[in-house]
Amino acid sequence: MIFQDYVFYALAAILLFAGLRVITARNPVHAALFLVLAFFTAAGIWLLLEAEFLAIALVLVYVGAVMVLFLFVVMMLDINLDRLREGFWNALPVALPVGLLMAAEMVMILGSKHFSADMLNAPAPRPVGYSNTAEIGRQLYTDYLLPFELASVVLLVAIVAAIALTLRERKDSKFIDPAEQVKVKRADRLRIISMPAEKESVSAAEPAAENK
Amino acid sequence: MNAISFDLMTALPEILVLAMAMFILLLDLFLKPANRFLIYVFSQLALLGAAVITALTHTSVVEYAFNGLFVDDPLADVLKLGIYLATSVTLIYTRSYISLRGMFRGEFYALVLFSTLGMMIMVSGQHFLTLYMGLELLSLSLYALVALDRDNASSTEAAMKYFVLGALASGMLLYGMSMLYGVTGHLDINGVAEALLNGAPDHGVLVLGLVFIVAGLAFKLGAAPFQMWVPDVYHGSPTAVTLFIGSATKIAAFAMVVRLLIQAMFVLAADWQGMLIIMAVLSMAVGNIAAIAQTNIKRMLAYSTISHIGFLLLGFLSASLNGYASATFYILSYVLMTLAGFGIILLLSRKGFEADKLEDLKGLNQRSPWYAFLMLLVMFSMAGIPPTLGFYAKFTVLQAALQAGFIVLVVFAVIMALIGAFYYLRVVKYMYFDEPEDHAAIVAPVDMKLVLSINAIGLLILGMLPQRLMDACAYAIIHSIQ
Repeated sequence: MIFQDYVFYALAAILLFAGLRVITARNPVHAALFLVLAFFTAAGIWLLLEAEFLAIALVLVYVGAVMVLFLFVVMMLDINLDRLREGFWNALPVALPVGLLMAAEMVMILGSKHFSADMLNAPAPRPVGYSNTAEIGRQLYTDYLLPFELASVVLLVAIVAAIALTLRERKDSKFIDPAEQVKVKRADRLRIISMPAEKESVSAAEPAAENK
Repeated sequence: MNAISFDLMTALPEILVLAMAMFILLLDLFLKPANRFLIYVFSQLALLGAAVITALTHTSVVEYAFNGLFVDDPLADVLKLGIYLATSVTLIYTRSYISLRGMFRGEFYALVLFSTLGMMIMVSGQHFLTLYMGLELLSLSLYALVALDRDNASSTEAAMKYFVLGALASGMLLYGMSMLYGVTGHLDINGVAEALLNGAPDHGVLVLGLVFIVAGLAFKLGAAPFQMWVPDVYHGSPTAVTLFIGSATKIAAFAMVVRLLIQAMFVLAADWQGMLIIMAVLSMAVGNIAAIAQTNIKRMLAYSTISHIGFLLLGFLSASLNGYASATFYILSYVLMTLAGFGIILLLSRKGFEADKLEDLKGLNQRSPWYAFLMLLVMFSMAGIPPTLGFYAKFTVLQAALQAGFIVLVVFAVIMALIGAFYYLRVVKYMYFDEPEDHAAIVAPVDMKLVLSINAIGLLILGMLPQRLMDACAYAIIHSIQ
């Protein structure tokens, strides 16, 4: 084993531990922090794979921006853990066999000889001065221009949808629109409902008169 | 650096639709309320322009663009024309419905155009990435459209269900694609097909990937056993959006099935045929039997969609050019029928009233003999009664399945179609033999009345003269699939 192997196994162990803790931690803030740890170690593994740009982007974008925002949201919300956990034991008898079955299937497929390391060719060592940032940029803006542009359209749709679904006029606004006022119809303000005539009105009126 | 060939001309319709969608977003900010109708006009113009470009630049050869990520073949042209038509008719039918419900906003039209763009990309995707981005663009716009009537609790619930299950389906699809990539080392359709043809490297992993892809596609198509979301989403969405989800998007899902199963993984046909048989049988059974118990017409049409998808899959599983052509014909006929069916529901709805219960159709013949007749045509067509379009569509699909030797399956499909006829004919009984409970006059814009009439009468005429449409489908399939 060379030094890189030790680093890899150490990072992988931390990553697995952090991933498990994300779903088992009782406190949502702790879960979010474990997710940060998971991202960080994943970035470390990427560095081992000589993918510096992706590693740095993961730390900057996910750890630096997304998770910080997420932590704020988690801290602001009052999450009721008991409500989230209810139904866990009821679902377990079904969920556990299904989960184990899927895990076993994946182990059988992925653990088979077809995905072993000697099936894959080792990548050729990169020349000195090779920049994978430049390479990713070149690929993104030439070969994969169409999906890249489409991703930007998807983001635009997300913005439009978020605004369309959440933008509301302020209820406490004192602004008055005369045009709206002029257009008001009787039906908007007055509702005429048909009611059966009150037969008991005479008897009901008498005690009222006595009270006076 | 070598010259980059983007070949933007091939993607001109997509570029036009994208530009118009963004233009409408901006225009909406500057329009006075009295001029809001311009948004509608520009949306229709965008679709018309795209249709003209697609028709004019049509050739019978397969053209690639964006380094092979995008394809323009006859199949894409035919399906895109179907998408423009379905979207345009949807906009005509829904205009008065959405303006009465305060949804006549720039966002509605922009989102419809964005989802149209997503569908066009799915139809023309020649690479897993392109297909997936198109699918996400479509899905994301649809989630927002379903929730657009945001103060309506049932719409919000439908949007939530649609979002969660749609995300799950996308995840499955991606997982399957990653398996295929792991084995073949390719993401583009032709590359995968070639790698599989040159001796499939590992069958076990391929089938695992295939299972996930088929499950993801079945979710998007609404085929049983992945149909749970269909009735709830159809029921909960505003009828205008239900119409859109039920019609145009199915063409895009169809195209995705063609690209992934037939073009990329034809070598695995023996494997996916078995899966499609199970899904077709379940879809036809669940769709036709559950529809009988429905009292809400939107839910009933949702189950009807599930059963139609079952018939559509019959066309695929014959794994022959003839079968694909009949499936293309089936999906286009299904879209025409759905448009007309929901068109009638939209016609009968008015401010503060949704005509979405079966009882709302009672005595329609006394209220308006003409619309009762149109609905009769739609129901006959959906049930597959000659001489309507639905009959011919079912006939070609069954014929293709019979040629491929699936005799038991065909018998089963015919029995299911007979069961299905019961609930379609029940609607006819309500319209003609019951007394109306609702006496409100039917008001609608002239263009909607006209298009709806043409749409429903077209079901009859195309049913009697289906040859031209059938020829177009056969032509598209023969020139696109090697």
